[in-house]
Amino acid sequence: MFTDLSHSVIYKTNGMKALMLFLISLVISSFNSIDNSYLGFNESAANYDIRIVDFQQLQPLLQINNDTIYVVNFWATWCGPCIKEIPYFEQLGNEYKNKKLKILMVSLDMADDLESRVIPFMKKNNMKNEVIILDDHQSNRWIPLVDEKWTGAIPATLIYGNGFREFYPKEFTFSELDEILKPLFTN
Amino acid sequence: MKKEYFTLIALVLITLSMSAQPISVGSQAPNFSLKNVDGATVSLSDYASEKGVMVIFSCNPCPYVKAYEDRMIALHNEFAPQGYPVVFINPNDDVQQPEDSMDKMRERASEKNYPFPYLKDEDQQVYQAYGATRTPEIFLLKNEGGSFVVAYTGTVDDNYKDALAVEEAYASNAVKALLAGKNPDPATTVAIGCGIKKKN
Repeated sequence: MFTDLSHSVIYKTNGMKALMLFLISLVISSFNSIDNSYLGFNESAANYDIRIVDFQQLQPLLQINNDTIYVVNFWATWCGPCIKEIPYFEQLGNEYKNKKLKILMVSLDMADDLESRVIPFMKKNNMKNEVIILDDHQSNRWIPLVDEKWTGAIPATLIYGNGFREFYPKEFTFSELDEILKPLFTN
Repeated sequence: MKKEYFTLIALVLITLSMSAQPISVGSQAPNFSLKNVDGATVSLSDYASEKGVMVIFSCNPCPYVKAYEDRMIALHNEFAPQGYPVVFINPNDDVQQPEDSMDKMRERASEKNYPFPYLKDEDQQVYQAYGATRTPEIFLLKNEGGSFVVAYTGTVDDNYKDALAVEEAYASNAVKALLAGKNPDPATTVAIGCGIKKKN
């Protein structure tokens, strides 16, 4: 998990909803009792803590200085190419889970769409990577602070850590991500 | 020596492919000649008698386009009579994004009663010539003796969520600056938008 943000707005599915999810999951699991990955999904579904932050709160997460490599992806549920590459970031999280790699999926969905779009999307796609919503309309001010060459088109990804820092205003495939990250863990 | 050149060219190519950037303010605007939703062909040179043109790369489904759509129509309604009409160009590949087909564009233009052309960049040459990367993205062009020069690139204003809470109306201010014989300041802005869907 990324560092805690004491001032951020924290969203939690309330107890009633968690109960509902649990009951629904019981029903589904009776149809699907041998799917192991399902258990993990259930666990995280009851525990969707999605923070809504402005750029001032996000910025420290773009410059953590320790021995970890950070992958920060800017995406939105309405962005076709973003959705296409989300499984690659999930795969990355899986294949590098024993390495010092952290992935943060920064959603640019509107904060009002958190419950109606973002959480359902995360559930449907079984997203395990940490998601945060960046709700800051002053994009002309903060976009250049992420990277000077970013025009604001998404998807876009920042990879940094251990002296490495590169911004990629593009859509990724898994092998492209792997090619960038593999050498960062060879030493 | 040759080797250095190759390295340089390679670096330039890598940089270009990594990050498309809008053509810079002050440079000549590439001409275009594209099909409108009404079947006619519209060219930049058709606007030779105007003071300028506000070229906006736009599309049908992008939520940021939807958020700004009425404001972009208002820009046309305010500034077309003063010599700065709006032109929408849809650069997206409609194979990847069927909502951007010519038929769907026609529907949208008629639903929203677009008072300006809505052109399809079928070959995707125009958006690449302008270095556009997202929708909506504005290129405000100034007519300098029959040739168009880029005067402002960027977004509509500083608040996509709430038109009433806008503090800086960048595009509107840019046109007003030109009308007053000044250079827009800021001359470029950036904003979150939908990446343009390039043909595979």
